[in-house]
Amino acid sequence: MTALTFAGARVVDPAANVDAVANVTIDGDTVTAVGDQREGTVVDADGLVLAPGLVDLHVHLREPGREDAETVATGTAAAAAGGFTAVCPMANTDPVTDHAGVVEQVLRLARDAGHCDVYPVGAITRGLKGEELAEMGAMAALGVRCFSDDGMPVRSAQVMRRALEYVRTWDAIICNHAEESALTGGAQMNEGQLATLLGLAGWPREAEDVMVARDLVLAGGLGARLHVPHVSTAGAVELIRQAKQRGVRVTAEAAPHHFTLTEDNATTYDPVYKVNPPLRGKEDIEAIRAGLADGTIDAIATDHAPHPPEQKEQEWMHAPPGMLGLETSLALTLTELVDGGVLTLSQAIAALSTNPARSRDISGHGGPIQPGAPANLVLFDPQQQWTVDARGLQSRSRNTPYAGMQLRGKVVHTLLRGRFTCRDGQVAA
Amino acid sequence: MIDHLLSIEDLTADHITEVLDTAEALKDIALRPIKKVPTLRGRTVCNLFFEDSTRTRISFEIAAKRLSADVINFSAKGSSVSKGEGLKDTALTLQAMGVDAIVVRHSASGAPQQLTQWVDAKVLNAGDGWHQHPTQALLDLFTIREKLGRLDGLRAAVVGDVFHSRVARSLVQGLTTMGAEVTIVGPPTLLPPRVDTWGAAVSYDIDEVVPKTDVLYMLRVQRERMSQQFFPSSREYARLWGIDRDRLGRLPEGAIVMHPGPMNRGVEISADVADAANSVITDQVTNGIAVRMSCLYLMLGGEEVAA
Amino acid sequence: MSAVLTADDIRRALKRMAHEILERNKGADDVVLMGIRTRGVPLAERLAAHLEQIEGAKIPTGSLDVTLYRDDYARTGPLPLGQTVFPDEIDGKVVVLVDDVLYTGRTIRAAMDATMDYGRPKAIQLAVLVDRGHRELPIRADYVGKNLPTAAGQDVRVRLESVDGHDEVLLEHAAEVTP
Repeated sequence: MTALTFAGARVVDPAANVDAVANVTIDGDTVTAVGDQREGTVVDADGLVLAPGLVDLHVHLREPGREDAETVATGTAAAAAGGFTAVCPMANTDPVTDHAGVVEQVLRLARDAGHCDVYPVGAITRGLKGEELAEMGAMAALGVRCFSDDGMPVRSAQVMRRALEYVRTWDAIICNHAEESALTGGAQMNEGQLATLLGLAGWPREAEDVMVARDLVLAGGLGARLHVPHVSTAGAVELIRQAKQRGVRVTAEAAPHHFTLTEDNATTYDPVYKVNPPLRGKEDIEAIRAGLADGTIDAIATDHAPHPPEQKEQEWMHAPPGMLGLETSLALTLTELVDGGVLTLSQAIAALSTNPARSRDISGHGGPIQPGAPANLVLFDPQQQWTVDARGLQSRSRNTPYAGMQLRGKVVHTLLRGRFTCRDGQVAA
Repeated sequence: MIDHLLSIEDLTADHITEVLDTAEALKDIALRPIKKVPTLRGRTVCNLFFEDSTRTRISFEIAAKRLSADVINFSAKGSSVSKGEGLKDTALTLQAMGVDAIVVRHSASGAPQQLTQWVDAKVLNAGDGWHQHPTQALLDLFTIREKLGRLDGLRAAVVGDVFHSRVARSLVQGLTTMGAEVTIVGPPTLLPPRVDTWGAAVSYDIDEVVPKTDVLYMLRVQRERMSQQFFPSSREYARLWGIDRDRLGRLPEGAIVMHPGPMNRGVEISADVADAANSVITDQVTNGIAVRMSCLYLMLGGEEVAA
Repeated sequence: MSAVLTADDIRRALKRMAHEILERNKGADDVVLMGIRTRGVPLAERLAAHLEQIEGAKIPTGSLDVTLYRDDYARTGPLPLGQTVFPDEIDGKVVVLVDDVLYTGRTIRAAMDATMDYGRPKAIQLAVLVDRGHRELPIRADYVGKNLPTAAGQDVRVRLESVDGHDEVLLEHAAEVTP
């Protein structure tokens, strides 16, 4: 392969503390130079931002088991379209990713599709039942370094504590879906005045906070590594902030829908707005934005949760929770957080790429963009306006709450080890 | 009049008055030898019941037939995507058949509203989940107005499982819209979150409220709530928040006792009270037909008869 | 507009119509008067008063709201409903419908349907203060206060004491008619 230079882009690379216009040259699968060189084929990147490829710590690729909603191929294609070079698919597949076999299958499917790297998350307990530990060692042998029963909480404090202890063998991370299910039986949306008026059972904030508090105390006591997924309440943000101040080894993520949408959307009874944990209130959104700004929340992770249209066109009560996220995450971050003055562009890239990679020990992604590093990059046009077309997405499903919305910021190129996975806005075959 | 009757919140005081006045004029049709007028001849009303309710369905059916409309009963009990025809497909089928109005009862809150996006027909909510039961509230308001002559300034108490009750939500909103003073009474566990924002007073003490009440509305309390730990036993519930002879005696002169039915005799209402002279429960049932006729009459006007 | 009937004209016409009703029905034994809302009602009451004065017997009088029987519901939408009160059983009786103006005949058709739904009268007769022609259905009045030839678009306005404060029938000038 000949060398390729992207010239004139604004290079935003938090890992290297860089935010400046520069030329970036790649050759084969590696970055070879960053500076004012113009080697090989020169691609004009004036007006674009060049950053390390985005990393999503929390996606549901649905395969094996729910291929009607998404497959590893379509999901990673959506990731490439969204500027991602690495994603972490969760374990609530069918069969559950609680043994090496499914991990192998997902890795192979991703390799064959070639759209982005996957770092599968293994289950903590067998069948996600919360009772017996899954064979995390066997999965660790395949490189799994994070375990989660996401979708389901680990209800027993004893099991959670054991899991936190056990994975210290590999210095791995436990990620618990924080929901005290005894308080959320039949819950449909955030508990409060609106849920009462709409006649929908409530999911109280306390159910999340109570479990986040439990997990932080358990992790702190053991010096173990904890990751808190999809933070949705102001209370959880504050608990994490205090825990970090105490030195607990915790990282946290928040999804774009939790820093952009409130529960008021539920008045339409359109199940596209149904998600777990639910959309909450203004104060929660403010707290999450503040958490992203001061580093309490390390990463933006989409919790990309595809569901086929017939599932989401049912009565609210019967519809499964979950929203798409991969193809809108970057634009929402730019439109709502950077334009909104909450984060600088550099902080945004850190939240979307550098921090996720670092918190999960994913090497080769998240920067720094320097000679010798794998060429996992994204180039996007921060000014380009575009309208979200639910049917025009790469994902097999259409359940995005942003359908029809105008966003700012479009991915132009995504490169995975030097190969275009998305070129001129189109996913490469 | 409004397009769809989904929630009492959509009705202004003027709307409500129009419905009640029209119901009054329609009520005497039941007393004529021929209990029918030709007004809705050629219109088709579909009863789409996803949840069992013989009483409400029959009430709507009689109402439609007395106005000479044709009635189809579509029992979609247990319908869901996994078992076959889901809400959307059922709606599209009815749309293709060209019905003029759909009366829908569903266990999922919001289902009638979701239905409106797929059909041109007028949708009437006959009860959805915990959300609303507008025609029940309207017939209750009609009954109160009939018995006590007015709604404005009346003192009403709504007692019981307000949390899980769509009747309560509709009724409290209807009463406050019409200027009544409402107090909600029950154990804290059966009062929904933020009930303080409903424009009504809240009390846990029925004995304090009863002597100052013109309309005592008792809600049904399901025995299942006991196993869900909302209250410890039916006995304790009846003792603290039920209506019995004693409490009945402490109501002011002329006060009425109401219940949406069916009653749990012995829990929220003792058997002798249920049968007592000042209970208007059977009137509520009779008025239900007139009120539903009124809603159908007001909503199906102004459209060309479906081809 | 000009007056075609004065208060005195109206009074005399009603008195004459009362005599005609008695003559035709050979007395007032089986007669029931049903005034069609709105102005047919006070007219029926006045006829009843005349009949009582002449025959000495009280004539059962009621009011009929035909809104639910109209044939133009689809076009007009829901109209406010008035009360319908039949004073007695009407089976075997002579029901005399009373209205202020007879025009297309559709109101009377609706009134007959409503009456038949209520019972089985021996006969239905029609008394109107003004017959202005332009029938669209084969309907005719038995007792007429005044025959008034009119153009189709011309406005006929009936004013009655109890409703409008005075008695009078007005006709819009032909030249005033807006085409």
